[in-house]
Amino acid sequence: MNVQELSEKVGERLRNRFGEAITHSEIHYDFPVYIIKREVVQDLLLYLYNDTELSFRFMTTLCGLHYPDQKDRELGVMYQLHNLGENWRIRLKTFFPIHDPTVPTATTVFASANWQERETYDFYGIQFTGHPDLRRILNMDEMTYFPMRKEYPLEDGTRDDKNDAFFGR
Amino acid sequence: MNDQATLQPIEEKEYSTLNLGPTHPATHGVFQNILKMDGEIIVHSDSTIGYIHRAFEKLSEHRPYYQITPLTDRMNYCSSPINNMGWHMTVEKLIGAEIPKRAQYFRVIIMELARITDHIVCDTVIAVDTGAMTGFLYMFQWREHIYEIYEEICGARLTTNIGRIGGMERDFPQKAWDKLKWFMKEFPAKMKEFEKLVARNRIFMDRTIGGGAISAESALNYGFTGPNLRAAGVDYDVRVTNPYSSYEDFEFDIPVGTSGDTYDRFMVRLEEIWQSLRIIEQAMKNMPDGPFKADLPDFYLPPKEAVYDKMEALIYHFKIVMGEAKIPAGEVYHAVEGGNGELGFYLISDGGRTPYRLHFRRPCFIYYQAYPEMIRGGMLSDAIITLSSMNVIAGELDA
Repeated sequence: MNVQELSEKVGERLRNRFGEAITHSEIHYDFPVYIIKREVVQDLLLYLYNDTELSFRFMTTLCGLHYPDQKDRELGVMYQLHNLGENWRIRLKTFFPIHDPTVPTATTVFASANWQERETYDFYGIQFTGHPDLRRILNMDEMTYFPMRKEYPLEDGTRDDKNDAFFGR
Repeated sequence: MNDQATLQPIEEKEYSTLNLGPTHPATHGVFQNILKMDGEIIVHSDSTIGYIHRAFEKLSEHRPYYQITPLTDRMNYCSSPINNMGWHMTVEKLIGAEIPKRAQYFRVIIMELARITDHIVCDTVIAVDTGAMTGFLYMFQWREHIYEIYEEICGARLTTNIGRIGGMERDFPQKAWDKLKWFMKEFPAKMKEFEKLVARNRIFMDRTIGGGAISAESALNYGFTGPNLRAAGVDYDVRVTNPYSSYEDFEFDIPVGTSGDTYDRFMVRLEEIWQSLRIIEQAMKNMPDGPFKADLPDFYLPPKEAVYDKMEALIYHFKIVMGEAKIPAGEVYHAVEGGNGELGFYLISDGGRTPYRLHFRRPCFIYYQAYPEMIRGGMLSDAIITLSSMNVIAGELDA
């Protein structure tokens, strides 16, 4: 099945089940991409997992996104699912405002989401509601900001112990 | 004497806390595990990671595409060429470049050599942790020989930065071919020797069979990929399901285990070394003629001689080095079968000089979270070999 057919097939099933919650679908290279509303994330993952035909039972990856120019859709989460039997891969995205960065956790469906959501929280400050243990994972616990957000420059501006005259910092 | 002073039996169990790591010689990397122990049995454990986090994803958003290759070296540094190639192929997919067959075969040879080094490290270290130092010392000589082949091709050994966006940096020199042929002739006998030493060794088998087991279902739920997933009995291999770089031309088997324990993980890696040798043999035999790079003037540096006396070459050279090559906007995901599993690159380009967003799907990071569950109820010494058999590489874990 090529990517076009897969996109239509999964898209139709999702629209029948979730209707307006699937706001947009597109194809990027070899991936069908669906933009979904955050309220349905958990139900949708569970539906895709349990459906006997679609059975997307493997979560490949999950990561945060930040688009500062999209008003009220600044932050986002991307999920990639894989049906290993048929070798179908899809991508889901959901966006939400930066002043209310909450999204339901995927850990109820996939155990692998646990650390990946912690990483996303660590970098983007996205709150996964229902996550069993949402702490920072790669950065130190004392950090007060979310470094992968676009407003933070590469160099850490909050440090005053770095004084290197040669590189002007 | 006072009767009251006799010892009373302790009603409640008393647990002790053991801090394993972050710099513990048996963990082969910077990991911390805080273990709650009941005597020698692990009751509960908590992992802390991030000790060598270097913010590669943030760094990538500030570097032109060709400067990201050295960052990928430093993820799984036991098989850095696979990471390099994975990154090149991601960018090539984004720009829609066609890579000549010869370059693809070169890449296959290098990636399979890297897989052999990765599996040598993991398998011999399992043996070390069960008390067999000899195999490790002998096999590391052969890792060294592979590094010498890399050296002939790209000049570097561990952090290789090998290949370019659009192909290889040069044709294999004669010296590299000589070394590769010698390696292919001599290595199988040594590998056999190591296999004989360890694989059916009664002590080794008693130590590893049944230790740190995980079921196929649980492994999939935890996002396992690569040899660790195959040891649990799932035959998922990116080289077969989504072939890249002409893997569809080669004939090889995917070894699978049954119980997902330490012994199966060891054996799957051992067999994969043989399969890698098979692939390299086929690639050497069927090596196609042709160029070693694609015709991509926007991304592939022109020959240095041309830069000195040709205007066009000078302009391209300048544009590429300054990171001003024209890149289409789009988002792309490309995965390769790394030493530890599916190594994925999720790249969003907005047409600018650097990626807008780059996410690395690091297999170690995803499957290491199952570690507390795998060691619960086992002995501390089994936890050590479970960790080494999972081949968690700190550089990849923390990115």
